[in-house]
Amino acid sequence: MPEITYLEAIREGIWEEMERDERVFMMGEDIGAYGGAFKLSAGMLERFGERRIVDTPLSENAFLGAAIGAAMMGLRPIVELQFADFITTAYDLIVNYAAKARYRWGAGVPIVIRGPSGGGVHGGPFHSNNPEVPFVHTPGLKVVVPATAHDAKGLIKAAIRDPDPVLFFEHKLLYRKLKEEIPRGDYAVELGKARIARAGSDISIITYGAMVYVALDAAKALAQEGIEVEVVDLRCLVPLDEEAVLDSVRKTNRVILLHEDTRMGGFAGELAARITEHAFDSLDAPVMRVTAPDCPVPYSPPLEEAFLPNTKSVIEAARYLKVY
Amino acid sequence: MTPELGRRLLYYMKLMRELEHRIEKLYRQGKILGGVFFGRGQEAISAGSAVLTEPDDYVCPSHRDLAAFLIRGMEPWVVLAHYLGRRDGPTRGRDGNTHMGSLPHHIISYISSMAAIVPVANGVAFSFQYRKQPNVVLCYFGDGATSRGEWHEAMNFGAVFKLPIVYICNNNQYAYSTPITRQMAVPHITDRAGGYGFPCERVDGNDVAAVYEASKKAIERARRGEGPTLLECETFRMTGHSAHDGAEYVPKQLWEEWGRKCPIARFEKVLLEKRLLSEAEIQQIHGRVASEIDAAVERAERSPYPDTADLLEGVFANHTYAVSHHAMASGKAE
Repeated sequence: MPEITYLEAIREGIWEEMERDERVFMMGEDIGAYGGAFKLSAGMLERFGERRIVDTPLSENAFLGAAIGAAMMGLRPIVELQFADFITTAYDLIVNYAAKARYRWGAGVPIVIRGPSGGGVHGGPFHSNNPEVPFVHTPGLKVVVPATAHDAKGLIKAAIRDPDPVLFFEHKLLYRKLKEEIPRGDYAVELGKARIARAGSDISIITYGAMVYVALDAAKALAQEGIEVEVVDLRCLVPLDEEAVLDSVRKTNRVILLHEDTRMGGFAGELAARITEHAFDSLDAPVMRVTAPDCPVPYSPPLEEAFLPNTKSVIEAARYLKVY
Repeated sequence: MTPELGRRLLYYMKLMRELEHRIEKLYRQGKILGGVFFGRGQEAISAGSAVLTEPDDYVCPSHRDLAAFLIRGMEPWVVLAHYLGRRDGPTRGRDGNTHMGSLPHHIISYISSMAAIVPVANGVAFSFQYRKQPNVVLCYFGDGATSRGEWHEAMNFGAVFKLPIVYICNNNQYAYSTPITRQMAVPHITDRAGGYGFPCERVDGNDVAAVYEASKKAIERARRGEGPTLLECETFRMTGHSAHDGAEYVPKQLWEEWGRKCPIARFEKVLLEKRLLSEAEIQQIHGRVASEIDAAVERAERSPYPDTADLLEGVFANHTYAVSHHAMASGKAE
């Protein structure tokens, strides 16, 4: 099996779905001749033509709304946001139209809204955000956060086939950095199933996206100290694999919740609540959060480095928990 | 104009007028809760345009376009069941007032941030183009919606893609209490839309025959693949923004002036003058409307309230998932 990047894996997943299903098309800014800001759709215009690789005006409301309307008519639109940060410009259509249409009047909206999120590439305050939480909090939306090339392909396929609106937050740091051997051809990864990225018995780290690698690096270092860490990669925030989280906590009795998003109201808060509700008796130590601080993502390298959660902060949290 | 078309247009305008009167009555009786919004005085706009739709076309009505719902086949008792929050309404009690949509009737629901329907309506038109279907979308909105960013984005998008859509503006001169002069510094909605690259036309929105003719031309153009048209239907809201609003901010002479232009009375006069319908035939339509509404109220009030066990149904396609998700989140699964 040849190695492909995380970005190529997403492209392959979309490409195969477009070959398989005439209803699937992609809309967005600069995705045609240019191939997208990150070249994710390179070569797709040549293969699928302007009808299915649709360059749009610079109007997130216009093309997101159009995707919603087309989805209600039974098509399967994929919308590319040039950066996930720009999702705020079409917030109303996503949370008030797409999320509520099935509940209100039975109109399913099978769209995929995808784009690059996350920091670590010196993108500054408007090209580095992790905008998942407002959508996790909106009933009717599914939220997918792949960490591996294998999952990126399998999850984008599952997202395209899903009957509900799916937000698919790719991590731009992984686009080209991550190379894996993945199975060729068709496979889907079911939405709502977490993955044990590393098994361990002493401490659980529950995380997602690029932070999976921070957790794995920390786990490697901690193993030298005799601390065996289990890393749970959530893969999806909605549907949430709550059982996988609770099973891991019941096994290790100590848990770190790690995300790149900022702290206040972050997804770790939801996980902490569920763990204390359902696995309180299993806990031998407080639930710990390792997250970005409550501040916009800064640009300058030392500031951004200080902002992003890192291996060191995870190791410190683990040591604290171990002796608690 | 033929007698048959005249009868149809008058019937739907009258049905809209009287059904809204009854809805207001039920609201004042405390049977309908929340808010109620009417298109009183604006009946010619949705009636004169929606009658032109073919079975496979779609309409995206605003809150002042009840005739479009009725013309697409949503029965008055179903509309009332919706307003009363009953199970037989098109949202099964999940939403109220004019927030109605129904895929079987080819009616796409608007949402309260009303300009949001315009980009969505474009998407319906886009799907026709994608599938090479010869259908059109009628997308309705008020003057207030034209101040929103997504309206402008959608006008441009519709023009760039030459979508098979007709944008129909109910310019009733007030957005809640804000007069059109506070909405824009140009005299007409057509001035706003005119820069996007498709034909825009001002229409007497209180003349159902004029709305019909302008819509016909715009629909034919859209069906030929030549792109959108905007019709600015000039009218007046003969009511407050909603039933709780006395509209004291509207100058008295405007009520009087527009009261004389009632689209129903005006059309009846034309029908009589052109000998298309007799006085007796007009009275027959009035009688039919009154008895249909009485029967509709009775049937709607017999419709049961939704079962609270179905509270979460439809959040996601997979109902089981929605229930278990909620049950686990609230700790009930264990």
